Amino acid sequence: MVRSSPISNLFAGSPVKPLQKHMGKIHDCVKLLNPFFKAVIAKDHDKVADVYQEIYNLEVEADNLKHELRIHLPNSLFMPMPRERILDIVTVQDQLANKVKHLAGVAHCRKMEIPDEVAELLTALVEHTIAASHQAKKIINELDELVEVGFRGREVSSVEEMINELDKIEVEADKLESQINNAMFAIESGMNPVDVIFIYRVIHEVGEVADIAQRVGSRLELLLAR
Amino acid sequence: MEILVANSTILIGMAVVFGLFMAWGIGANDVANAMGTSVGSGALTFKQAVIIAAIFECAGAVLAGGEVTATIRKGIIDVSSLGTTPELLVYGMLASLLAAGIWLLLATRMGWPVSTTHSIVGAIVGFGAVGIGMEAVQWVKVGTIAMSWVTSPLMAGAIGFALFRSIQKLIIDTEDPLEKAKKYVPYYIFMVGFIMAMVTLLKGLKHVGVKLPFDENLIYATIIGVIVALIGTVMIKRLKFTAKADKKFHYANMEKIFGVLMIFTAIAMAFAHGSNDVANAIGPVAAVYGIVSSAGEIASKSATPVWILVLGGGGIVLGLATYGHKVIATVGSGISELTPSRGFAATLAAATTVVVASGTGLPISTTHTLVGAVIGVGLARGIGALNTGVIGKIFLSWVVTLPAGAILSILFFFFFKGFFG
Repeated sequence: MVRSSPISNLFAGSPVKPLQKHMGKIHDCVKLLNPFFKAVIAKDHDKVADVYQEIYNLEVEADNLKHELRIHLPNSLFMPMPRERILDIVTVQDQLANKVKHLAGVAHCRKMEIPDEVAELLTALVEHTIAASHQAKKIINELDELVEVGFRGREVSSVEEMINELDKIEVEADKLESQINNAMFAIESGMNPVDVIFIYRVIHEVGEVADIAQRVGSRLELLLAR
Repeated sequence: MEILVANSTILIGMAVVFGLFMAWGIGANDVANAMGTSVGSGALTFKQAVIIAAIFECAGAVLAGGEVTATIRKGIIDVSSLGTTPELLVYGMLASLLAAGIWLLLATRMGWPVSTTHSIVGAIVGFGAVGIGMEAVQWVKVGTIAMSWVTSPLMAGAIGFALFRSIQKLIIDTEDPLEKAKKYVPYYIFMVGFIMAMVTLLKGLKHVGVKLPFDENLIYATIIGVIVALIGTVMIKRLKFTAKADKKFHYANMEKIFGVLMIFTAIAMAFAHGSNDVANAIGPVAAVYGIVSSAGEIASKSATPVWILVLGGGGIVLGLATYGHKVIATVGSGISELTPSRGFAATLAAATTVVVASGTGLPISTTHTLVGAVIGVGLARGIGALNTGVIGKIFLSWVVTLPAGAILSILFFFFFKGFFG
């Protein structure tokens, strides 16, 4: 007979590990932007379809993790961080994968071709976006250390530094995005207008992925503010 | 009187059997909560926890359990009001043991978080008020006990909060937590040894016939604390740290040191639990034995015989051996998110509160005290997530347990009265 005890009942599952697991899955998904755009630039449509399918699957897996996490966060929990903040962070993390899935979907189904003039810049933007997501993941992974120190002192300042770093990466990504836009503007008149619209849209959405990654960091920053 | 003399063997025999049943129940269930935090934080394997519990529950019962035993035995019912009918107290104590034991068995089956202490106190007050008379119950004392049920979790919570904040300040939130832990943890170990030794020397030992002046107690307690701290220091020196462990989780090495501390705290907890909760089983036995063996002389000032304390300790070990080890494993695995540093703060806070209550002769609930201590650590923002719904359940169990214990014991009381009288 396995019995429940008030002591073991007292300990609810901490949301920290599930949150980190979710972010890990999200980042796996974001990372695929690299092979995806490599394939797009190389006009390898089969490969594009394959990578898109992978992105799609990872997004679904992340969604499942998200639901599980939400279900296990009842109202009666007493946590060192407000429950709403945790739910908030999950939502933002979730948007990362959604955005990636969406932009990959557009590029895939339109059999998008990237002009050579912007290919290099776009690759750089994708790398920065992945770096932003990676940094966000690193910050989320500090959450158990933050709980360990009770959200005080040194660990807090080191996380704040990591958040600053993330902000810098995002600023770089912004700059790259406007460079691509300039490059596109120079060549757009010679292209199919509909294609141009969608290329702009995809570029914008890649930039947005970096934005959302930054938002993950700033949501976590709210946990540090006392 | 003649009833007592004529039935002395059977009455004492029943007291021993019921007391053993109650002690078995405590060993089987209650101990698991006391040891759960140590197993859950990974400081002890559950086999080690069972061995520590077996030794130190007994030690706590024999060395520091006398004061609470005295309260259960003669503090709740005013024995002088019995006059020429001492057998009523005998029936009542037997009824209380049986009532509390059965209620615990039922509650355990249903998974309710009831306290052994509340069951037995409810049972004794119940038969006293109804079977003997309202004036027989020492309501002031009962009020003090009831108050202590509220204050003990609060006190444990406050100590837990303070202890954990001190760890944060001195060790966790520093440049090199590992070095600071090596430096400060022996002092915490000293504290564990000192507190336990001091309360035992001051309050417990007189029941086994040893009484020393205060300053001598202070010296002995300090010596014991130093010895324990030295043992701990040697254990810390023998730990092996790996740089790799720190990569994954920055505080892994530091927690290893707290693991050592946790072993001592677990011992303190087992000792404290033994000193307080064993009395629930053996207090009534001692009362029955005292009256029957002196053929009705209730007012005898004699201390609780050591064999009865040993009986309680033995019953607990029996409960542990037959059933409790499974429960410890279950509870321990249920709280695997507790790190040794938090586990230490919570357990020491609870152990200190319980052992102080034991010294004062107040029967309190170890489990509820531990819940208070854990929440205290949680308030210092130290624990990932706590389920505060447990607090509501605990209050509910109070409301149910006291009358349930009382009603059952009243029933058994009249049964025994009719049977023997």
